[in-house]
Amino acid sequence: MTVVTPEQHGLTAHSDGGWDASEKGFVPVQTRSARPQSFEHTDFAPVNGLEAEWKLTPVKLIKPLLDDALDGAPYAIDTEAPEGISVEWVARDDSRIASAGAPEERASANAWTNFEQALAITITGEEHSTVRISRAELGSTARAGHIVITARPHSNGTVIVESTGSALLSENVEVVVEEGATLNFVSVQDWADDAIHLASHFVQVGRSATLKHTIVSLGGKVVRVNPSVHLSGEGADGELYGLYFADAGQHLEQRVYLHHEAAQTRGRVSYKGALQGTGARTVWVGDVLIGPHAAGTDSYEQNRNLVLTEGTRADSIPNLEIETGDIQGAGHASATGRFDDEQLFYLQARGISESEARRLVVIGFLSEIVQKVGDEQLEARLHTAIEAELEGTIS
Amino acid sequence: MSVLSVKDLHVSVETEQGTKQILKGVNLEIKQGETHAIMGPNGSGKSTLAYTIAGHPKYHVESGSITLDGVEVLDMSIDERARAGLFLAMQYPVEIPGVKVADFLRTAKTALAGEAPALRPWIKEVNGAMKALRMDKAFSDRNVNEGFSGGEKKRNEILQLELLKPGFAILDETDSGLDVDALKIVSEGVNRAQEATGLGLLLITHYTRILRYIKPDFVHVFVDGRVAEQGGPELADRLENEGYDRFLTDTSVA
Repeated sequence: MTVVTPEQHGLTAHSDGGWDASEKGFVPVQTRSARPQSFEHTDFAPVNGLEAEWKLTPVKLIKPLLDDALDGAPYAIDTEAPEGISVEWVARDDSRIASAGAPEERASANAWTNFEQALAITITGEEHSTVRISRAELGSTARAGHIVITARPHSNGTVIVESTGSALLSENVEVVVEEGATLNFVSVQDWADDAIHLASHFVQVGRSATLKHTIVSLGGKVVRVNPSVHLSGEGADGELYGLYFADAGQHLEQRVYLHHEAAQTRGRVSYKGALQGTGARTVWVGDVLIGPHAAGTDSYEQNRNLVLTEGTRADSIPNLEIETGDIQGAGHASATGRFDDEQLFYLQARGISESEARRLVVIGFLSEIVQKVGDEQLEARLHTAIEAELEGTIS
Repeated sequence: MSVLSVKDLHVSVETEQGTKQILKGVNLEIKQGETHAIMGPNGSGKSTLAYTIAGHPKYHVESGSITLDGVEVLDMSIDERARAGLFLAMQYPVEIPGVKVADFLRTAKTALAGEAPALRPWIKEVNGAMKALRMDKAFSDRNVNEGFSGGEKKRNEILQLELLKPGFAILDETDSGLDVDALKIVSEGVNRAQEATGLGLLLITHYTRILRYIKPDFVHVFVDGRVAEQGGPELADRLENEGYDRFLTDTSVA
């Protein structure tokens, strides 16, 4: 593992251009894949909130997860899984652990250092199967969590992890989609108002494998979920979706990293968010890296935010790095705005009242992502949850 | 008999160069069952008239009135106008992501009727209207106008015209961008709607070709924000041969 030095971790202001690199004797991280990684908490310098990685996050609120020892014991879960699909707590030395990635920041490393057992879900069988995990009783203890999902070659499955209740949790989620497998993974954060949740997802998508990865963040005080998806096998396909709805005082953040490593990979990233109420805050950072061996890549990422009231803030930062000239296509888009007046006019011109038109536009806007979830039961629940979120503003 | 009446209508829009007068005293009266064609060169204010009647917030009415059976339309909100029986088939229908055609149609019908239509007869009616417009059944599961071709968007507008049954419909350049087959299908839909409900039609067009399939009772030539000439269907034939040059020489064209 690379040893992290404070200089490389962004402590020095205005180092982005690297203009003084020769004088100072270091070169800042130039490419997304070159960030320092370590499983050890102490390898990462204390966070002061000015780092590029943390400057958009309310660092004060997450201090315990950055600095303190965490309770790494298993917690209560409800599991719904068909026979033959294994869901179990495993020890740290299980071979599935550390198969998908390594922490790139301090809270993630702290979770890794402290977790005692990992929740391991392994999908086998070519017939599609669905695993539902729900957790509701994490409480206010500062916890470290670890989940590892493995989709065996040519398997086909959906894994849904739903979180509710209070929490103070830092966790790592590893996902390995092996050759020819198809995995649909959905992580729903519908925590209680006081919950704080930091998560890093490390995902490897193998040869001719297909991943759909969806993050839905609706509830919680601070929710920061950062998926890093590596299309590491030739012909791998990754669709990354996100849906978030921030109310007054909520901070919902997602830093998405899609790495086209192998040739002929296809990637789609689409995140949509709504913001309402004073202090509603969202952050979306979308890094796409098309590596030197990723010939024939087809990639597109977008983020859209719909601002429903005054007093909100949405950060939206797409980044695209391309290291090979031989690609099919790569693009990105970002837009943050209020209602589209033309959409409202169209609906109202058909007799639909203004308030109903607004409701339709918001629900429609977010439904685009809900429609991708691919699990009817969950889709219905998400529709209800979005309707409930809306009831506050639009009347 | 129902009457839509436009009297001495003056309308402006805000542009970067300041306030711009577009309509400069429009007078028009459409009775139930009549078909009026409004023709004119680009920029003459035809679409402005359409959107002003529908209540688009971009257009400011400086003076004049629009009444429907004597009731002032300008005092109504956009949706109230629709519920009073006005319909605008748009030239560029907007996409509504995430809202399926079927849900949209039912929501609109419910809003107009004040109660939800009975499900089975409604579905039958929707399917029948779609079939008549040669629209695939899968259409109702798609999001409104999203990824629709130009022709599909126009069919979707006429589908709504047939299902929502307004008293008066304004068709804003419904013929633009349609090939001859699509133009016939769309025109048949408009004629069916008129036969079924006796609606009054205001057909806005630059070209005469749609008038081969939808026969106007009256033709109004729009130039520089007002009606420059009006007559019967023979006026359209004359425009077909002569174009708008005759009118443009009388006015200041920058």
